Amino acid sequence: MYSKRSRQRIIVNNMVSVIMFVLSMSSIVILAVIIGSIFSQGLSRVTWDFLTGFPSRKPDESGILPALVGSLIVVGGALLMALPIGLATAFYLQEFAHKRVFVETIQTLIYNLAGVPSIVYGIFGSAFFVATLKVIFENLHMTITTGRVLLAGILTMSILILPIIVVTTQEAIKTVPRNLKEASYALGASRVQTTGKITARFAFPNILTGLILSIARILGETAPLLLVGAAGFITFLPTNLFGSFTVLPVQIYSWIMRPQEAFQTTAAAGIIVLLLTQLLLSGIAIILRAVLQKRRY
Amino acid sequence: MKILPKKSNGSESSASQKHRLAVSRLETLVPILLIALATIVIMISIGLVLSLIFNTYRFFSLVSLLEFFTSKEWTPLFATPRYGVYPLVVGTILVVAGALTIAVPIGLVTAIFLSEYAPSWLAKTLKPILEILSGIPTIVYGFFAIRVITPFIQALIPETQFYNAASASIAMGFMIVPIVTSLSQDALTSVPEQLRTGGYALGLTKWEVTKGIVFPSARSGVSAAIILAVSRAIGETMIVAIAAGSQPSASWNPFESVMTLTGYIALVSQSDAPEGTTAYYALYAVGLLLFLITLTLNLIGRRFIRRKTGNVNV
Repeated sequence: MYSKRSRQRIIVNNMVSVIMFVLSMSSIVILAVIIGSIFSQGLSRVTWDFLTGFPSRKPDESGILPALVGSLIVVGGALLMALPIGLATAFYLQEFAHKRVFVETIQTLIYNLAGVPSIVYGIFGSAFFVATLKVIFENLHMTITTGRVLLAGILTMSILILPIIVVTTQEAIKTVPRNLKEASYALGASRVQTTGKITARFAFPNILTGLILSIARILGETAPLLLVGAAGFITFLPTNLFGSFTVLPVQIYSWIMRPQEAFQTTAAAGIIVLLLTQLLLSGIAIILRAVLQKRRY
Repeated sequence: MKILPKKSNGSESSASQKHRLAVSRLETLVPILLIALATIVIMISIGLVLSLIFNTYRFFSLVSLLEFFTSKEWTPLFATPRYGVYPLVVGTILVVAGALTIAVPIGLVTAIFLSEYAPSWLAKTLKPILEILSGIPTIVYGFFAIRVITPFIQALIPETQFYNAASASIAMGFMIVPIVTSLSQDALTSVPEQLRTGGYALGLTKWEVTKGIVFPSARSGVSAAIILAVSRAIGETMIVAIAAGSQPSASWNPFESVMTLTGYIALVSQSDAPEGTTAYYALYAVGLLLFLITLTLNLIGRRFIRRKTGNVNV
């Protein structure tokens, strides 16, 4: 039926399909191997004592509580700082701005900030926040001698997630149908009223996407917090924003860099806790988003 | 749209008058508040760049620009310190090039598969898996590199050093696969369907249509995907800090320990180099260089994309 040339082309076509399928499955394999190797190494160490314990020189007695608490505080604090600024910027850009130069400047800056490597935020954090806090502490004659404190970590992370929040919120606002806003104006509502009661409400579930991404990002970042002073051996829980602190990834990093083999198991256990925390916090936000999206109509 | 408070004409109650006044106040106050908060973004950007430039300037008052760019040794913590950035650049290029040789084939093929070949149920399973991969903290990739990849390489090539560039490259390659895939797929799916059907009408096979029509049409988007993935890889810190070692040797051998730009920053931030020393200020010079490289790549990448994208992974 087919000529020799046609048959060849069909064979090549089919072979390529198979190769494509096989190569595309490699990401599944990679994920499975990474997760599998970590769970097989560390799962036995994830016990209640590990979750509620403090770091120790003995790998088998090391716990992760200060890092877990530190991470949760940094997530909460950074969101508290970044959300008002990020949401305001996004709403301003989408709904209120009328000076083109100003809008384009902010938009370009946001896009470029989003691409800055996270360690550069760490450098900025240590050059600006840590230094400024140190000067403030000295002038207030406080007993704290360093600016490498929890507050510096929170401020640094809030800047890091700012572009994520702005961009996702802008995208969320863009999904609001134009006729909803026009109907609101037709009823005599002002711009602020329309933005607050129509646009923001309709966009809210999608705005949560930015929140989900931000939470995962904050929990997973190591390098910037290393630079602003998160330490690998903190044996107390933070009581205020002006003390030394640690977070999950930094704690894990310090365990990985220990020469003793047993600490590698502890590190794997720490990674399991980190991944589960990420899953839990993002999961709550994802469920919240799904519920709100259903209720929207 | 502005609602001005009307003068009371007697028929209107004072409550509704007050309400109108409140609305009109909000109408002027809210935009001012928003603009004030949005200005913070500008201030942060300026502050970030200025703090890098200011501290780099201090570094270059201690070390000459010529030394930084022409010396081939990087030994800030030695008795006779040398500050040639060349070995760090070599280390960075070596690790990133290795990562690309892994991520570009896998990422591109996956993108083509997802956009052209995969049945929708399979695409729907693969997409979340790629999203999970891109959400895994980089410290996890670092741990995976040193615990799984390094022993594996050492079993294959026994003379491999414990800390080596190859291990970091492979882990980093896995890390940037989702970036290459997601942006390339956007470019491939945006190729108009008529182009494909036109190809089939001429009797081409699926592979011929993909190779000869779809891929060339999406070339600029695919280039953008690779450029942005490179930018991300250059800025990655933890994988190299854990697996690549800290030997600024300017060696092109992937089985030896190397130091990258980010690796030096991570090292100094934990070392005992006290603030105010030249070794400490070197961190800012390296940071500024890193910032400029990634900024340039991002600007080029964004130009290639041309259209607006909401992809925050960029």
